[in-house]
Amino acid sequence: MLTLDEVTITQDDFTLRADFRINAGARVAIIGPSGAGKSTLVGAIAGFVPLAQGRVLWEGARIDTLPPAKRPLSILFQDNNLLPHLTVFDNVALGVNPNLRLSAPQRASVLHALEQVGLEGFETRKPAQLSGGQISRTALARVLLRARPLIVLDEPFAALGPALKAEMLDLVEGIAAQNRATVLMITHDPEDARRLCPETIVVARGETQGPTPTDVLLADPPPDLAEYLGHS
Amino acid sequence: MRFPSFVAGALAATALITPVQAQTPQLRVLTYDSFISDWGPGPAIEAAFEANCGCDLVFESAGDGAAMLARLLLTGERSTADVVLGLDTNLTHAAEASGLFAPHGQTPDLEVPVAWNDPLFLPYDWSWFAFVYDTTRTENVPSSFDELIASDLSIIIQDPRSSTPGLGLLMWIEAAYPERAAEIWAGLAPRIVTVTPGWSEAYGLFLEGEADMVLSYTTSPAYHAIAEDNPNYAAAGFTEGHYLQVEVAGILANSSQPDLARDFIAFMTTDGFQSAIPETNWMYPAVMPESGLNPAFDALHVPEVSLLLTAEEAATQRDGALDVWREALAQ
Amino acid sequence: MIWRIEPKALLWAAVLVAAALVLVNLGALGAVISRSEHGATLTPADWAAARFTVTQALWSAALSVLLAIPVARALARRRFFGRGLLVVLMGAPFILPSLVAITGLLAVFGRNGLFNEALALLGIAPIRIYGLHGVVLAHVFFNLPLSVRLILQGWARVPAEHQRLSASLGFGAWARFRHIEAPMLTRVVPGALAVVFLICLTSFAVALILGGGPRATTLELAIYQAFRFDFDLGRAAILALLQAAIGAAALLILARLTLPDSGISGLDRTAPPPPGGLARLLDASSIAMAALFLLVPLTLVVLRGAPYILGLPAPVWLALWQSLKVATLSVGLLALMSAALTLAGLHRRWPEGLGMAALIASPMVIGTGLFILIHPISDPAHWALPVTAFVNAAMALPFALRALLPAARRAEADFARLSLSLGLSWRAHLRLVLWPRLRRPAGFALALGAALSLGDLGVIVLFAQTGGETLPMQMQRLMGAYRTGDAAGAALLLLIVALAGFVLVERLIGGRNADA
Repeated sequence: MLTLDEVTITQDDFTLRADFRINAGARVAIIGPSGAGKSTLVGAIAGFVPLAQGRVLWEGARIDTLPPAKRPLSILFQDNNLLPHLTVFDNVALGVNPNLRLSAPQRASVLHALEQVGLEGFETRKPAQLSGGQISRTALARVLLRARPLIVLDEPFAALGPALKAEMLDLVEGIAAQNRATVLMITHDPEDARRLCPETIVVARGETQGPTPTDVLLADPPPDLAEYLGHS
Repeated sequence: MRFPSFVAGALAATALITPVQAQTPQLRVLTYDSFISDWGPGPAIEAAFEANCGCDLVFESAGDGAAMLARLLLTGERSTADVVLGLDTNLTHAAEASGLFAPHGQTPDLEVPVAWNDPLFLPYDWSWFAFVYDTTRTENVPSSFDELIASDLSIIIQDPRSSTPGLGLLMWIEAAYPERAAEIWAGLAPRIVTVTPGWSEAYGLFLEGEADMVLSYTTSPAYHAIAEDNPNYAAAGFTEGHYLQVEVAGILANSSQPDLARDFIAFMTTDGFQSAIPETNWMYPAVMPESGLNPAFDALHVPEVSLLLTAEEAATQRDGALDVWREALAQ
Repeated sequence: MIWRIEPKALLWAAVLVAAALVLVNLGALGAVISRSEHGATLTPADWAAARFTVTQALWSAALSVLLAIPVARALARRRFFGRGLLVVLMGAPFILPSLVAITGLLAVFGRNGLFNEALALLGIAPIRIYGLHGVVLAHVFFNLPLSVRLILQGWARVPAEHQRLSASLGFGAWARFRHIEAPMLTRVVPGALAVVFLICLTSFAVALILGGGPRATTLELAIYQAFRFDFDLGRAAILALLQAAIGAAALLILARLTLPDSGISGLDRTAPPPPGGLARLLDASSIAMAALFLLVPLTLVVLRGAPYILGLPAPVWLALWQSLKVATLSVGLLALMSAALTLAGLHRRWPEGLGMAALIASPMVIGTGLFILIHPISDPAHWALPVTAFVNAAMALPFALRALLPAARRAEADFARLSLSLGLSWRAHLRLVLWPRLRRPAGFALALGAALSLGDLGVIVLFAQTGGETLPMQMQRLMGAYRTGDAAGAALLLLIVALAGFVLVERLIGGRNADA
């Protein structure tokens, strides 16, 4: 279970308060107006944004004092998920051994992960030679391989077309199921939330609300969300 | 502050590993750069002196004559040199005032166009400053500063603040026209293409054809005649006379090898030293070597009047003359 | 927040480099002051020198950078046969000893130069190169290549995605300039201006030879004369302080003007094809003009030296060996110094400022000061090699940092979070994230250091004795011995070695295709 215990994040004159719990194995969307602090919130969970107050716990143990790599999560950013000068294989292998000194079984596991995301035969390519979908698949292969219990997605698929994005979300679902992982996903698109996440947290006016069931929320959104979603 | 002690330690360590040459005594001669260059008199003179002295002759170099004096004043009594070679009469006053020099005790028969009886400094070569030109390019050669001013010729000179010939020209005009220096400089200003930091830049530009004449020495054409077999360079003779440059050497009072130093100064006016001078330093020897001079030297212009301010005059007039120069050329 | 713990050793290395720089600078100046016998005041002539120094440096910087912009843009977006070679050759003037470059320039713009001969054919009166305009012309000749390189790096950092965007939106030349190029230029140009200004600030031989007389006295020349003509160490020190103050002011203005690099970056994709039509013509003529301006004098240097180079006397070849030793040591020191300051400078500003400050010191004061410091303890001749190598490295350090720091900070901005989230150790981060992004600028920086060291005729003159001569020293001596032919041969040798050294180091460190 992921717990944000009376967390306050302060950046300049912006303040965000968060206090919620997410059950292990849940898939939760984070939705809210632009600039409301969605990225700041997941940044705090992943370890890139300091907390002003409160605690972040995973399975009852405090994680906000740990450096990012020690936290039980994998995060995908909006961009720069791959190092442009490394091959697809090496970019994935970073998830197993950050020094890229891999044993034979580790190499096999990298190849297996690439196979699972449908990138067989792309091992030696550089990111510049990949399509947007293939870049996302490479990053997901690494998430799969790291097998952390929490997967945090900071809109990594925002740039993809609807069909491709749907494919990626299915891939995430598959990976989450395989690793029995909890998913936390920022999105702008209610359809994404419906597709992958039974629950949703709303971030608005410096606060978080939820998680609430996605269907219920979207069927009768609170005023802030309604405005954002374009419902009149 | 760990760094200074680290440096000091490193310095001390290097001092320790420096081989100590106890067997052969070392004579250190501070001189100017072009003297010790592979094309200067240094190598021949070193070989000739070492053949008999049972010592190791080491040259220390420092730019030109003035830079050498600056180095000497900088190191003062801690100077590692025994002999200083390459000062001229524009510098000897300051050198003498430093109190670092000891009498040389020599009385050779010098062939220098002025009487010489300086107890501290002994000449080893000399020449006259002059404007050198290419006879195939320049006609209507001026025979005085006034004619040069009236001509449409272009000249390159050196900065008196950074060059020996540059300072020589300053003194030349002071000596020839004590009352008219400002006027002469103002007249020369339009003729001057540029002022270079040193002799070699000026001479290089002149050879490139950047000007009709360059401030150099009456002996410069000998180089072209002898080394390049090119007789087409000459020095313009000026009726008011030419300023002399006399290059001298002296013994440092603090020398750790006073006997060797005296031997070297004595050696300086002998054939072993003097025969190397004319065709490496391209100056007149202070004592004519037995072999005489290459006939090309006979073709050189020999001024009828030699001008030379005493060391005291040169020292006292220098700063005023420099102001006049700067004033005239800054217009 | 920074989770990765920076190794203590790294910070200490940077502090040590900084301490060495500060101590050498202040120590040298202090040594000079300590030996001066009386205080000194600045004369009107000194103020005139300061004015001239600033004027010529401002003009030189402005023109070099202004002319470099179209050339860099053309080189950045065009690919043509021989482009790599052209980029390398066009860099040559910067690494040439000034005397060699001046001879090349005079062969074009001098009294009997090609340019005046062409004017004569057209019946136009000849131009005179001597004066402020000559000084500026020579400084532009030296610094245009450097400015092109610095701005070219700015262009290389414009993500291909932005260029694609501008192509896809059908941006015209003006829109492209306004939205894509101008924002990049506002980040790159102030740095380039400051670097050129600082280089020209300590100009010495160029200003005097081409300046035409005492009007063109720079501060560095005044310092030289204070040492050499007046033996007035107090005056030399106060002039050096004035010069440093002007340089420091320029650096402070630069610090206020420099904007942080924008956070967007690309994926190393290839850029879209460049615009055609008028832009193509503009690019072609920019490259042609720059090539003509830079390469014709260079060609003349080659032609004049060629008949003599094989017959050069043995001492010249020995000097070449000595120069290579100095340059190798200097590049090694430069690598250590710039690595320490770059890594320490990822999240701090002082290493950058300190590295740049090496530019504002007077080489003459440093050399003399070190001589004063070393002489009482040890024979300065034993120190010729390390002192020259260190001073050369310190001189090249500002250029190295200008190339390395922006690239390093960019890599850090782009990939620090990824590296942290994957738990890369500091060493892995260095090896897998920073180094691949820094290879190319590092290759350029060290290559520049090698070439600058090979062509430098600075402090070595104060320290070397017989047998320790470097190639530029021997060239100077050949000129001093009337041997202009051999001197031209030595100049050509120097040009070849400096260029070869540059290319070799750049390829070795920066990898292939390192020339952009």
